Amino acid sequence: MENEERIKKVSLVISKGSLEGVYPGLIMANGARMEGIEASIFFTFFGLDAITKKRMKKLKVATVGNPAMHMPTLLGMLPGMSAFATHMMKKEMEKLDIPPVDEFIEMIHDAGGKLYACKATVEMFHLTKDDFCDEVDEILTVGQFYERSAGAQIIFT
Amino acid sequence: MPIKEFAGKKIEVDDEGYLINLSNWDEELAKELAKEEGIPELTTQHWEVIHFMRKEFQERHVAPSIRRLKNTGGIPTKDLYALFPNGPAKKAAKIAGLPKPQGCV
Repeated sequence: MENEERIKKVSLVISKGSLEGVYPGLIMANGARMEGIEASIFFTFFGLDAITKKRMKKLKVATVGNPAMHMPTLLGMLPGMSAFATHMMKKEMEKLDIPPVDEFIEMIHDAGGKLYACKATVEMFHLTKDDFCDEVDEILTVGQFYERSAGAQIIFT
Repeated sequence: MPIKEFAGKKIEVDDEGYLINLSNWDEELAKELAKEEGIPELTTQHWEVIHFMRKEFQERHVAPSIRRLKNTGGIPTKDLYALFPNGPAKKAAKIAGLPKPQGCV
């Protein structure tokens, strides 16, 4: 491939806190590092759950309001349905060697990926740096995030 | 398929430089492949990764993922990226004489 066509840097934005909302961004950020592409992730709104110590191991698949679950909404509402869907998805991911969220965050960090929390959301949810896992580099304003993303492709998920 | 010359030996590789015949591989060739990938000298740590990858490939017929290198091979992800900069899984697989890894993680 021609050198000027190569992507050199990506900035992912993860804005959702469901399991299926968080994984695509994690996989893409990690995949970028695997290709030698610079990568960072900006966690905003419910996406912050993926880096919040108390919540990151407990993310669930949303079974309601998601037509692609191929399940009637009323069924998705039943107690235990989300836990079941989460269990199934985690099992399939383990087969593909896709790590749980906390391990994935650690891997991306160790691979040199940067992890940022969105300041506006942090304030809105009354969180502090201590609520986040150690791998989080910084809490950034949107402006700072754009500064750090100079020359990057920004991908919203 | 392109033919490349490594230390006087003619070796068949694919378009991206991965060996076609895995049996062509030996440690001398690994050193030459490493040089091509910008690694001038293979240290004990590099060899640990290479030998683990080859062992895994022989047993499971796929190159191990970065996660497997960490959890089963005991090679910390940070070290792996430092040893094989800019794409460690692919680089290490190429030097180990394995096909290009196909996984997304």
